[in-house]
Amino acid sequence: MRISTLALSTALCLSLLAAGCTGGGKGSTASINIDGSSTVFPITSAIAEEYNEIDKNTQINVAFSGTGGGFAKFCIGEIDISDASRPIKEKEEKVAVENNIGFIEIPVAFDGISVVVNKKNSFVDFLTVQELKQIWSADGTMRSWSDVRPSWPNQTIELYGPGTASGTFDYFVEAIIGKGGSMRSDFSANEDDNVLVTGVAGDEFSLGFFGFAYYAENKDKLTIVPVKDGNRDPVAPSMSTINNGTYAPLSRPIFIYVSTESAKRPEVINFVEFYLDNAAKISEAVGYVALPKPVYTMSKERFHAGVTGTIFRSAEAGTDIEQLMHAAAAKAD
Amino acid sequence: MNLLAVDGHDKIRYRRLKARIFQSTCCGLVWMCVALLAVLLFHVASEGFAYLNLDFLTNNTSYKPEKAGIHAALLGTLWLVVTTAVISIPTGVAAAIYLEEFAKKNRINTFIEVNVANLAGVPSIVFGMLGLAIFSRLFGLKNWVIAGALTMSLLILPVIITAAREAIRAVPNSIRLAAYAIGASKWQTVAAHVLPAALPGIVTGVILSMSRAIGETAPLITIGVPVFILHAPGGLNESFTALPMQIYSWAAMPQKEFHGLAAAGIIVLLTVLLLMNATAVFIRQRAQRKLKW
Repeated sequence: MRISTLALSTALCLSLLAAGCTGGGKGSTASINIDGSSTVFPITSAIAEEYNEIDKNTQINVAFSGTGGGFAKFCIGEIDISDASRPIKEKEEKVAVENNIGFIEIPVAFDGISVVVNKKNSFVDFLTVQELKQIWSADGTMRSWSDVRPSWPNQTIELYGPGTASGTFDYFVEAIIGKGGSMRSDFSANEDDNVLVTGVAGDEFSLGFFGFAYYAENKDKLTIVPVKDGNRDPVAPSMSTINNGTYAPLSRPIFIYVSTESAKRPEVINFVEFYLDNAAKISEAVGYVALPKPVYTMSKERFHAGVTGTIFRSAEAGTDIEQLMHAAAAKAD
Repeated sequence: MNLLAVDGHDKIRYRRLKARIFQSTCCGLVWMCVALLAVLLFHVASEGFAYLNLDFLTNNTSYKPEKAGIHAALLGTLWLVVTTAVISIPTGVAAAIYLEEFAKKNRINTFIEVNVANLAGVPSIVFGMLGLAIFSRLFGLKNWVIAGALTMSLLILPVIITAAREAIRAVPNSIRLAAYAIGASKWQTVAAHVLPAALPGIVTGVILSMSRAIGETAPLITIGVPVFILHAPGGLNESFTALPMQIYSWAAMPQKEFHGLAAAGIIVLLTVLLLMNATAVFIRQRAQRKLKW
């Protein structure tokens, strides 16, 4: 009696679930599924919106479960395109290879990681990469402003930065502290850059970093800190200094990864082409910086030739993208 | 004698003072909550009201703030909440009836009871991962409405079951005994007497759990529900997005206009929530009025 009740109820549950599963298929409309970085999301969704104007039959869904979450789905073939604010990791690529997923890596825009201080802070004229390293690294020697330059006030530097899960954090660590070094953990971390803006704006002796778009929208509340790399003059991030590569090493490219299997479908081909044609204009409209024009042309060639694999993972932070892609193209020939 | 009386009088005065302090503290705390809520609502309303118009309700999201609207997200949320309710309310109430009225006290049932109570405290992201593994991948339901609704149902079932059990337990045993005495079967007793009497309590549990389902984002993000979508769902097997996800994505944008849109989205979300709760309260009031004992 007991057994039969259990069996009956299990059967009922399963049939209900099965009823939910049936009736798949979406008729004639094609769809493109995109997931990944929340940093790239504004560009990809804006391009999807514009693309929808010329192709109403393709339905594009863009989610943002983070660069890592996006690759996790991408590498087992669940999505067509992955938004990424950093190159694919070896671990992730291994999973893709195991599942027979090839990928085409396409840089779509620049983000200039901006170093900012409070509006009232008038003493900071610029910071060198070395100084930033001493301020931010776990074993660094600079903890108060007077440690940086003796003439600056003897006040502790209050630090604000993105959380450790973000691509911005990873890139900053790589570019400033270097591979193998570690970032100090006693700073106010938040995944929401708007919270960082509020934090720095309300703390007189603070120092923070986040994406350029968040500085550009809050220029009235923050002071930008030009960054000096080696013997070059200090450079502040702007549309032009990020675009022409002089704001180094804190300009970073952001990417989309297209699955080779999906790249056989006409709607995906059309969408990626449209993406590359419009990325420069749209990325600036949503607060990012366009890549140099030749890069988009070279990306298009790579996409059409179906060149797979990553060329950005092994590149050092701040490398000139144009040269990098030329070198890769030359190697392929 | 005289001394004692004065002493007693003082004691009474002291007790009354204590009572008054306690009362005013409680009252003060209540007003503090109300004030906080008022500040929150005022802040949201002042920021979002300017963006609230018919276009906002009929347009889909856009990277141009002046064109952006909440149409797909609003309909997505309605699809999600209604589907979740259809799945979770009957299941939850049935489970509660079984556990309270039919289940024998044995190890398996105690185990189930402990588990249900514990599940109510599990963080929502865990349900999201479960939903991704089972509904999205194993059953192949992807990021469709049905996958979202099943995941949300898992999330709120413990709350519904617990609330419904409390309500059923609160029905006086004399009612059941009276029904049996005139020859009613167990099923008749439960359906005609226990359940109607427990309805107000059950509805309260349902209100709480549905409010939770409408505001959750973490499980939806985990199962891969998109934020950007240009069409409202037309069935259970279509992709969708939900209001809290749309609000979250706007609030995280650098441009201030989007923060206003997020506030307007919150107003819409609160309105949906209030309408839902008002319906439930209406049902509860009617059910209470019908009780004649």
